[in-house]
Amino acid sequence: MGTLLQQIANGLIFGGLIAMVALGYTMVYGIIQLINFAHGEIFMTGAFGGLAVYSWVLPPAAQQIWYVALPAMLVGGAIVSVVVALLMERFAYRPLRNAPRLAPLITALGVSVFLQELVRIFFPGASSAVPFPNAFITAPLHIGSITIPASGLLMLIVSVVLSIVLETYVNGSRMGRAMRATAQDPDTARLMGINPDRVIVLTFAIGAVLAGVGGVLYGTYIHNVDPYIGFQNGLFAFAAAVLGGIGSIRGAVIGAFVIGLIKNLADIYLPGGTAYDYVWIFILLIAVLVFRPQGLFGEAERVRA
Amino acid sequence: MRNRTVKAAVVVMAGALALAACGTNKTESGGGGSASCDTSKGTLTVGVIAPLTGNLAALGLGIQHSAELAVAEANEKCTVKGYKLNLDAEDDQATPQTGAQAATKLSSDSTVVGVVGTLNSSVAQTVQPILSGKKVPQISPANTNPSLTKGADLNNPKRQFPSYFRVCTTDNYQGPDAADYLVKKAGKKKIAIIQDGKTYGAGLAAAFTDRATKDGAEIVDKEQVGEKDTDFSGVLTKVKAASPDAIYYGGEYPVAGPLSKQAAGLGLNVPLMGGDGIYDPKFIDLGGKEGDLATSVGAPTDQLDSAKDFVKAYSAKGYKDPYAAYGAFSYDAANAIIASLAKTLGDSGTWSDSERDKLITNIGSYSASGATGQVAFDQYGDSTNKVLTVYQVSGKDWKAVQTGPFEG
Repeated sequence: MGTLLQQIANGLIFGGLIAMVALGYTMVYGIIQLINFAHGEIFMTGAFGGLAVYSWVLPPAAQQIWYVALPAMLVGGAIVSVVVALLMERFAYRPLRNAPRLAPLITALGVSVFLQELVRIFFPGASSAVPFPNAFITAPLHIGSITIPASGLLMLIVSVVLSIVLETYVNGSRMGRAMRATAQDPDTARLMGINPDRVIVLTFAIGAVLAGVGGVLYGTYIHNVDPYIGFQNGLFAFAAAVLGGIGSIRGAVIGAFVIGLIKNLADIYLPGGTAYDYVWIFILLIAVLVFRPQGLFGEAERVRA
Repeated sequence: MRNRTVKAAVVVMAGALALAACGTNKTESGGGGSASCDTSKGTLTVGVIAPLTGNLAALGLGIQHSAELAVAEANEKCTVKGYKLNLDAEDDQATPQTGAQAATKLSSDSTVVGVVGTLNSSVAQTVQPILSGKKVPQISPANTNPSLTKGADLNNPKRQFPSYFRVCTTDNYQGPDAADYLVKKAGKKKIAIIQDGKTYGAGLAAAFTDRATKDGAEIVDKEQVGEKDTDFSGVLTKVKAASPDAIYYGGEYPVAGPLSKQAAGLGLNVPLMGGDGIYDPKFIDLGGKEGDLATSVGAPTDQLDSAKDFVKAYSAKGYKDPYAAYGAFSYDAANAIIASLAKTLGDSGTWSDSERDKLITNIGSYSASGATGQVAFDQYGDSTNKVLTVYQVSGKDWKAVQTGPFEG
């Protein structure tokens, strides 16, 4: 029983991480129908941005105080991610806005490799994994029989809160309405006085803030980062977005938690154990796509960011 | 329009420059002392295949620089008459596919006399047949999987490649040595096994498991993790449920360090033990905790009398990266190639492809005292040196706790 509860907790934490990355995939797809495969690298640059703030901006005294260090790192990571995402949008995707859809997709893969190598070559020590400071409460929490790292719980809470804020913003605000309008029909939206470029830039920026915050929290939780963390986590996030119905905000979050739970429960209940947990995630994904090609929330949820 | 063309040209040129900067040839001249030697017959090359980038770069760069040192010394001493030696280090990124490209490149270069490498047993599996096809001798400083020399069936060993040698001992000694230490000396009776599914990790874990069971320990859990995984909470929760008093990990430090730290984070405060793949300072940086254990091949380099000259020479050269776990082995491997080459060519021989068979025979019969002790090979190409050391993390550093030859 203790093991089951512990695995559920682990799954929710992992799901929380994946959700923060998956939201960026789903929002960008919702607006410009681009699967931004370089989004995992935005997550990765966010983690390295947070690390850079910790190593080179914060004075040693501030490094020890988590409620100073962590917010500074989160802001730093988010800024780095946003800058990278906006440059990516401006120089890689905008020139291809009207090109066939395959062109930006391939470009995204290229941008992804470019960013990985850029960090690997130019970030000091990043040719292999770099230790990440534990910038939060180090003592794990004991709740009944389960043990949760405080940084893991923080990641889960931040993820859920940001998802709710985002959902409210997209559904309630003026800019959110512009986003939904652009997603539905960019040309008509333009006729209504919406500037699609602004909406697209904002979408990339919001996705990048989430990914950057996720990257810093991930580093705090896992304690080390390397230039390739964006690949595997990006893959799961993409799977989560597809599972939930790409384009849907709620779908991406729920998809992420489903993936987190499946991974951790497969470890103990399904044949193959820990060696095959990824297999089960993708079997589920394929099964869902066979019976509901639009994903879990693809149609029921018409609101697309 | 014209303006745009110019702009485009500038961009292309900038790109080309950037590429050219990245593509700088890694071939490095072996040293300055060669001026006094007769090098009229040209240049011969010692190849290195090791991970020079990526997670295992710390180990790979130590291998590269140590081989560089051996080449530089040979040039200073005019070891190979009539030739200057060069080093060509190729990056295998610890992946078999990239290793295959490196091996193809080196084996198609007729000046390459031999190759020092690889680090990973899995990479060696792909590299062996490529180099062997061109009769390029290969001496690994670090491959510890027994099947590379003796084939899959260890009870019925059969030499796999006549051109493949190694200067380190193998996992069928390393695994049992670790088991003896953990079960008999440290008194751990309930052990959980985790491995990464690669040639090295799975083989080492299997060798450990056999011996630990014989020594009377109970294997309470067996798990596998992915090489690219970073969140091990699922695996560790399962391991914790089996309440082991030690974890044995078959794999390398990029996974082992975080694994050890996350285990402690989940309240599983038992020592993690591994093989030479985790014996690296980076393991501690990445989360290896006080009391964690590792076995490694050979005796500790900094405590070995025979390695003193090597350590001194290495620091005198001022290489940017430390010699790491395999530097001394790499140095010995490169020296075995160079000395055998000198013997093959004699005072007046000329290098050609027809000399390759003779070079391989000479390496097989090579015997000399090197930085790691006596360097010689048995009929399978394995090192005759079976010394292993157990290390423990103590005060943020690896400390040797037991050293000696494995005696079955």
